Amino acid sequence: MNRYAVAAIYKFEMARTKRTIFQSIISPVISTSLYFVVFGSAIGSRITEIDGVSYGAFIVPGLIMLSLLTQSISNASFGIYFPKFTGTIYELLSAPVSSFEVLLGYVGAAATKSIILALIILATAHFFVPLEIAHPFWMLFFLVMTAITFSLFGFIIGIWADNFEKLQVIPLIVITPLVFLGGTFYSVSMLPPFWQTVTQFNPVFYLISGFRWSFYEVADVSLVTSFFVMSGFLAFCLLAVTWIFKSGYQIKR
Amino acid sequence: MHPIIQITDVNKVYASGFKALDNINLAIKPAEVFALLGPNGAGKTTLISAICGIVNATSGQITVAGKDIVYDYRHTRRLIGLVPQELTTDAFETVWTTVSFSRGLFGKKPNPAFIEKTLRSLSLWDKKDSKMIELSGGMKRRVMIAKALSHEPAILFLDEPTAGVDVELRKDMWELVRQLRNDGVTIILTTHYIEEAEEIADRIGVIKNGQLILVEDKVALMNQLGKKQLILDLKDPLTDIPSDLADFNLQIQNEGMQLIYSYDTTKEHTGISALLQHLSAASIGFKDIKTDQSSLEDIFVSLVKEST
Repeated sequence: MNRYAVAAIYKFEMARTKRTIFQSIISPVISTSLYFVVFGSAIGSRITEIDGVSYGAFIVPGLIMLSLLTQSISNASFGIYFPKFTGTIYELLSAPVSSFEVLLGYVGAAATKSIILALIILATAHFFVPLEIAHPFWMLFFLVMTAITFSLFGFIIGIWADNFEKLQVIPLIVITPLVFLGGTFYSVSMLPPFWQTVTQFNPVFYLISGFRWSFYEVADVSLVTSFFVMSGFLAFCLLAVTWIFKSGYQIKR
Repeated sequence: MHPIIQITDVNKVYASGFKALDNINLAIKPAEVFALLGPNGAGKTTLISAICGIVNATSGQITVAGKDIVYDYRHTRRLIGLVPQELTTDAFETVWTTVSFSRGLFGKKPNPAFIEKTLRSLSLWDKKDSKMIELSGGMKRRVMIAKALSHEPAILFLDEPTAGVDVELRKDMWELVRQLRNDGVTIILTTHYIEEAEEIADRIGVIKNGQLILVEDKVALMNQLGKKQLILDLKDPLTDIPSDLADFNLQIQNEGMQLIYSYDTTKEHTGISALLQHLSAASIGFKDIKTDQSSLEDIFVSLVKEST
């Protein structure tokens, strides 16, 4: 294991967050706080509670997931795309590092950043709604697993993208709708039967459901189902990354 | 002496079908300076990229210090430092951060004292806290070299190291290359400046259309291919070569005012004395006399033309 290389990539990526603290941390925290104000206060006055949980508190896990997913993807995709764009990837390709070590550095840093952000948002939520976490271990488990899985997914997007538009297209037209339609702001049981069926095909729905269960023991699907869907997506991302490194797709000529 | 780099039957065909390397065979000796010359698109950068692992060779084998670059990439890549042709830098990083990053990436423990020594040797110490975006092109080039040297490599690839740099920096770089060679570092450089190869290389390789058309010791190459000429500035113009001088390899130039005698420096008798005697006998007077030897550039141009 080239641990110095892993540490170098990790530190390099974490340093980038420090330089872009407004974009990386402050901006997502402000956006999420606005969601609390708009959805929690405005809509919360109409919908008092869902499954015995106040509406303001009900949306907290979903909003954390929204930031966690989008930031994990954004951090990891930008992290690997930027060296490709500037050409500095030559150094990574000529260095004595394995694919696993590269992943550990980039995905580790991207996941760390989004976990820090999620914890800040969780702390911020305390200012707006009373919160309780019924299963802190499971809450952290979902947080870490989701951050790693979607950082891996972001890494794949960063490798695939050969321009800035491609870098943005999947997060904007796929991930954001999936998060919004995955039960961030509502329980799936509130939807008409047709849309309830459609939601079953949305992987993000299972993540939010599992994450919410760790807070309030309220879920649309069982914890086991959430766990397996997340593990399946993680396995898919790992397989895709393994193939990318073996084939040199979009990296080596 | 075992070669530090051994390239055997290496081919590279890109997805477009373009053959960038055509059956390359080459052995690089330890601690030599090897200059790879060739016109644009000849395959110089592809060859370097294949050795460094940036480009996958289509077939053939490359070993570095006896280890295969694919199966033992950890071992081989630790030995190599690369200064690419393009000034690809992390615009918002400081000089210190980017050089330290390179050292870590190549598996070396942090060593601030060594980084300081490297930056000082490249006159970069006072710029250590400057962001890359704030540096001039020449300074960026120095940082690229510092990055490549940060992990103390045994082999250094310099891909067009002095392209676009001023004369002073170019001479500094030549001095650095000499120092590194004295320290036992093997250096492979590609260049468009023949003067550069002539100045610092021990051996020369010429590549064209992906084929290595010549590999030779620089001095031997210049002796073998270098023609020497004796140039006589005549007092009076000459229209024809007199029949007495027909046995000499003479040419008339500059509207009959110059007589050029080409000779082989490796022969025991150059024929200069005999020529001068014959000129005197034929009453051909001259005002001035000088000699000229063909440069590596002339040799390179003639080689590339021949292979076309």
